[in-house]
Amino acid sequence: MNKCTVKDAINDGIPIIMGFIPIAMAFGILSKSANLTLLETLGFSMIVFAGASQFIAVNLLIAGAGFGEIILTTLLVNFRHFLFSASIAPKLTKDMKKFAPLIAFGLTDELFSIASLKEKPLTKEYLLVLEFCGYSALAVGTLLGYVLGGVLPPVVQLSMGIALYALFIAILVPEMKKSFKVVILLTLSGLTNTLCLYAFNLPQGWSIVISIILVSVLGLFIKVAEREVCYE
Amino acid sequence: MNNIYMLILGMMIVTYLPRFIPFVLMNNKKIPPKVEEFLSYIPYAALGALVIPGFITAIPGHILASVGGIVAALILGYFNGKVIIPVVGAICTCMLLVNLGI
Repeated sequence: MNKCTVKDAINDGIPIIMGFIPIAMAFGILSKSANLTLLETLGFSMIVFAGASQFIAVNLLIAGAGFGEIILTTLLVNFRHFLFSASIAPKLTKDMKKFAPLIAFGLTDELFSIASLKEKPLTKEYLLVLEFCGYSALAVGTLLGYVLGGVLPPVVQLSMGIALYALFIAILVPEMKKSFKVVILLTLSGLTNTLCLYAFNLPQGWSIVISIILVSVLGLFIKVAEREVCYE
Repeated sequence: MNNIYMLILGMMIVTYLPRFIPFVLMNNKKIPPKVEEFLSYIPYAALGALVIPGFITAIPGHILASVGGIVAALILGYFNGKVIIPVVGAICTCMLLVNLGI
């Protein structure tokens, strides 16, 4: 069976770049408005590399929060990545394990999702090139946002907020077509998350972790008569 | 509030460790089949929670445009296996809807 290639990584990397650049630009703009220097701003994107929690951190800084509180919040928001890495770790072959420290650094929500739904076996080339696309997009976008500010027309900047959600949908639809169980798991997880957020007012970090664990456990007990996959 | 780099370093550590520790814990370990099955559901459980209900506010202040973009992504994704088509289609749909004042 053929494996994931560099070409696959670039194909998957392009939508990642389209999703990351506008978000990174928004981060650059926010960070400048918080009076952080360009180097500090790039530090968040290039050393932490954590998308959503960077926004939370800078917003907390603006609100006057202490470093300890910001770091704890970051830990909570990123704790789900523990589950992500546990899920992808068994897929690493021997020659990939040497690169695990580097691969782990780049496993954001988006890169993990794309990589773990690949049907073909993963390779280190694929993972590293894919992560490089995401990493450089976040860095370049941050720089552009900080230096240029809001150069994108507001409607474009606003509309690109859909990009990462559309990316998630795009990788899920083929899975949903193949397996009804996937549809059930997605629905249950979305419902659990909504309930935790709005009915129980849990912080987003906890809410996502609880949804993932609960629904993955339920997955062990849900039996669905799968349709035969037909290859036309 | 003196050195932002201390904050960046602290955030780096609490971001990197959860991403890296599982690779160490699970290195060369035999994983029981039930645990392996549990781990295989994580991507789906994660994506469900990452998309729902967050997508509603994908475009702040434009709930209907956000929903429209997601519907476009679903339809385009159904007919096209590539990731890029639904992404571009969703962005264009949202631009159109936001321009129309939706």
